[in-house]
Amino acid sequence: MSKSDPNAPKRLALISSKGTLDWAYPPFILASAAGAMGWEVGIFFTFYGLTLLKPELTAAVSPLGNPAMPMKMPFGPEGFQNINWPMPNLLMANVPGFEGLATTLMKQTFHNKGVATIEELRDACIELDVRLIGCQMTMDVFGFKREDFIPQAEIGGAATFLEYAADADVQLFI
Amino acid sequence: MNDIEVIKEDVLLDCTGLLCPMPIVKTSKAIKELQSGQILKMIATDAGSPPDIAAWSRQTGNELLLSTTEGEKFIFFLKKS
Repeated sequence: MSKSDPNAPKRLALISSKGTLDWAYPPFILASAAGAMGWEVGIFFTFYGLTLLKPELTAAVSPLGNPAMPMKMPFGPEGFQNINWPMPNLLMANVPGFEGLATTLMKQTFHNKGVATIEELRDACIELDVRLIGCQMTMDVFGFKREDFIPQAEIGGAATFLEYAADADVQLFI
Repeated sequence: MNDIEVIKEDVLLDCTGLLCPMPIVKTSKAIKELQSGQILKMIATDAGSPPDIAAWSRQTGNELLLSTTEGEKFIFFLKKS
């Protein structure tokens, strides 16, 4: 089936369902890249993804239950920085503040490599007129209010996303 | 004389040290400021930028006049459509 308007620009429809630092990157990277290519973009934030609409982003990362996550040290000689540190779950579960440490290390490593922050990517999305849609149902479940989110956020439900996605060229669930 | 010495840019954008997607985000922003026919020179160190800039050019219709390297740097000349 063809799009309603054959002359419309390409469209990307994303669902962002996870709020950790590692999973916050893909939707904002793809959305800003698509926006930069002149595409229309909408991101539907649902479940834990909703937290990415808060003014202050506190996305963190946990290596617990994330066995493929490489742990790198963002300082020291290059050989040291390239080591993948093994992090057994037993160790992580018993060290207070471990997730804070892992988050700090990941943010520092990303910064050192020249990766933009989540805040910068979200700002780029806003500048590129990416639609940011918060899921009303999840808001009710988690007790979020409209004013808990950035002013650029819209609120909608499944039908809002599906109508937008029906005319999209690319749809991804993240 | 090679192409890089022949093409003269109107605006220079340095994306050295930036990783995906910032080179194309900044390129898109810079090209919006140009008039049709003007040329943007963009310098990047992100190894993903040659295929990404080529894709960006195809998607936006802004012509990629030249994609080349200079040492560790990737150099692009883009003409605003």
